[in-house]
Amino acid sequence: MLIIIGVCIWGALLSPFAMAWTALAGVTGIATLGTARFMFPNVLVEPPSKFKIGPASDYPLNAVSNKWKDQFGVWIVHTDQYEGKDLIYALSTVCTHLGCTPSWLDGEQKFKCPCHGSGFYITGVNFEGPAPRPLERVGLRIAEDGMLEVDKSMKFQEEMGQWVDATSFVDGSLA
Amino acid sequence: MLEHHPDLTASVIYGLGWLYLLLFLMNCAWVWRSYHQDGEVKLFGQGVPVASIWALYAAMLGMISTAHLTGSNNPQMFLLRMPDAFKSAVDSLSGPVSFFSLSVGLFVAVILLREWIVKPTVGWVLLNASLIFLALSMTDYDFRQIVGKPDNVPIVAMLFICAYFTWLSFACAVENDKRKAAGKPLYSQEKNDKILVWPDLVYSELICMVLVTALLVAWGIVLQAPLEEPASSAKTPNPSKAPWYFLGLQEMLVYYDPWMAGVVLPSMILVGLMAIPYIDFNKLGNGYYTFNERKFAISTFLFGFLPLWVAMIVLGTFLRGPNWNFFGPYEYWDVHKLELLNNVNISEWFWYKVMNTKMPVAPAGSDQATQIGYILLREWLGLVITVAYLAVLPPLMAVTVFRKFFVRMGFLRFMVLSNLILFMASLPIKMVLRWSFNLKYIVAIPEWFFNI
Repeated sequence: MLIIIGVCIWGALLSPFAMAWTALAGVTGIATLGTARFMFPNVLVEPPSKFKIGPASDYPLNAVSNKWKDQFGVWIVHTDQYEGKDLIYALSTVCTHLGCTPSWLDGEQKFKCPCHGSGFYITGVNFEGPAPRPLERVGLRIAEDGMLEVDKSMKFQEEMGQWVDATSFVDGSLA
Repeated sequence: MLEHHPDLTASVIYGLGWLYLLLFLMNCAWVWRSYHQDGEVKLFGQGVPVASIWALYAAMLGMISTAHLTGSNNPQMFLLRMPDAFKSAVDSLSGPVSFFSLSVGLFVAVILLREWIVKPTVGWVLLNASLIFLALSMTDYDFRQIVGKPDNVPIVAMLFICAYFTWLSFACAVENDKRKAAGKPLYSQEKNDKILVWPDLVYSELICMVLVTALLVAWGIVLQAPLEEPASSAKTPNPSKAPWYFLGLQEMLVYYDPWMAGVVLPSMILVGLMAIPYIDFNKLGNGYYTFNERKFAISTFLFGFLPLWVAMIVLGTFLRGPNWNFFGPYEYWDVHKLELLNNVNISEWFWYKVMNTKMPVAPAGSDQATQIGYILLREWLGLVITVAYLAVLPPLMAVTVFRKFFVRMGFLRFMVLSNLILFMASLPIKMVLRWSFNLKYIVAIPEWFFNI
């Protein structure tokens, strides 16, 4: 009896129909795994999230440095206009409206986005156009060798009260 | 571009000569039509055929064209250009407010004056006026830079096509409305203009296909598609413009938060257009042109299409320059044009100006519920306004202006209709509020990405 059932199951499994489905399932499964492999590339061509930007003295008071904009997407700002404190901080170059890259206009002393006209003060705070919130700061600290070091893996949003965080700025009197 | 300000070059004058020549030929044909159709007018006590006036005009165009085609050897001396006084007047008067008012005014005028506009002679005069305005404006350097850009040429063509089809539909509608009023059968019934699909329609379609293909090939050869430098994530072109058909959306994004102008409102447009057949209760005007029988439907649709979509494309294409600032049609696109737009949220206005205090902020370290409570307290005025706009206005409309609609449509269909209209109206309302009060957001909760 058992032998007969066993033969029947084998027969069913070996039928061309079942074999075709098994093969299809196997190929699809392997192809899916192969596609999933693309999620883990061997090489990531992204700039490092942590990088040194030279000593604080490179950044004079009330100036915006475009030096690292193209390579790393940050502005280094040294100003005493945010709550009257002398600070150096790194602003992300992503507009908080729809993600275009604003330009720093030195004559008008503002960041201005070419896509929808959002404007930000040197402090990063939005004041014109549709941007709903200030530009984001990224991490900035003084490394062990005395150089400034930006850490783009951290971000600080003003509207969340994160700009008081000590890793979001460096004391500007060091410059 | 080596020349600093090449105001009028020989090639521009030469090109304009061809445009005037085209106008001349068009008007020659019009003279022929006028000779057969128009009657006489009384001038100085005797009858003069209208066609002779057109013939004079056409002859003038012919001479202008000749002057352009032969007199381009000294461009600086060429006299036929847009007067500077007109240009500076237009530039100083133009702004987002005047542009929007003008487009709405034109829309209202087209509807009110439709019986006059659809007269062939009036339509012809308007077409001539717009073409001559275009030709004269092309003598201006800044206008030519923007309007003559290979990118923007199809938009100019689209404007003429759009105007023509609007005119045509109104012409058909006015004709049918007159027939209805006189108790006569419709145009299509009386002048039974039925034709056979094969061969009449298929042949005309084939001919159109060949002609359009030839036109596209010629266009593709003559006007080169602009290639720009390789894209860079660090550098955004200034101004940075969406494809032309999305410039209405981009203009909307200036007044709204991305998720509103980029997701909610476009979805409402799509769903709303799909909903039209279901909320439309008017059984008249089915299969023929009419305006009087479908006043509400046609006006509402055209308002959404002409001033809120086509005019916004014009605004975005021709009048928005670097930093998305507004520039007059003859104005130089100065990257450093300073235009201060200090925008305020309703909550900021309420707490700073009206209450003269600070914004309510949750004490540091408070729990989630307290923070939510403080945010809601901070934005209470905007939230009340929004809720009132979407919840109180529809019933109010149902008992007042849309009383008849409500009775005929029933509750659900009326609610869908009124909400769609309110969403459509929210764009001009927000634009006007931005321009007149520098209002940024009615509800501003950046903490939750919720800004209206």
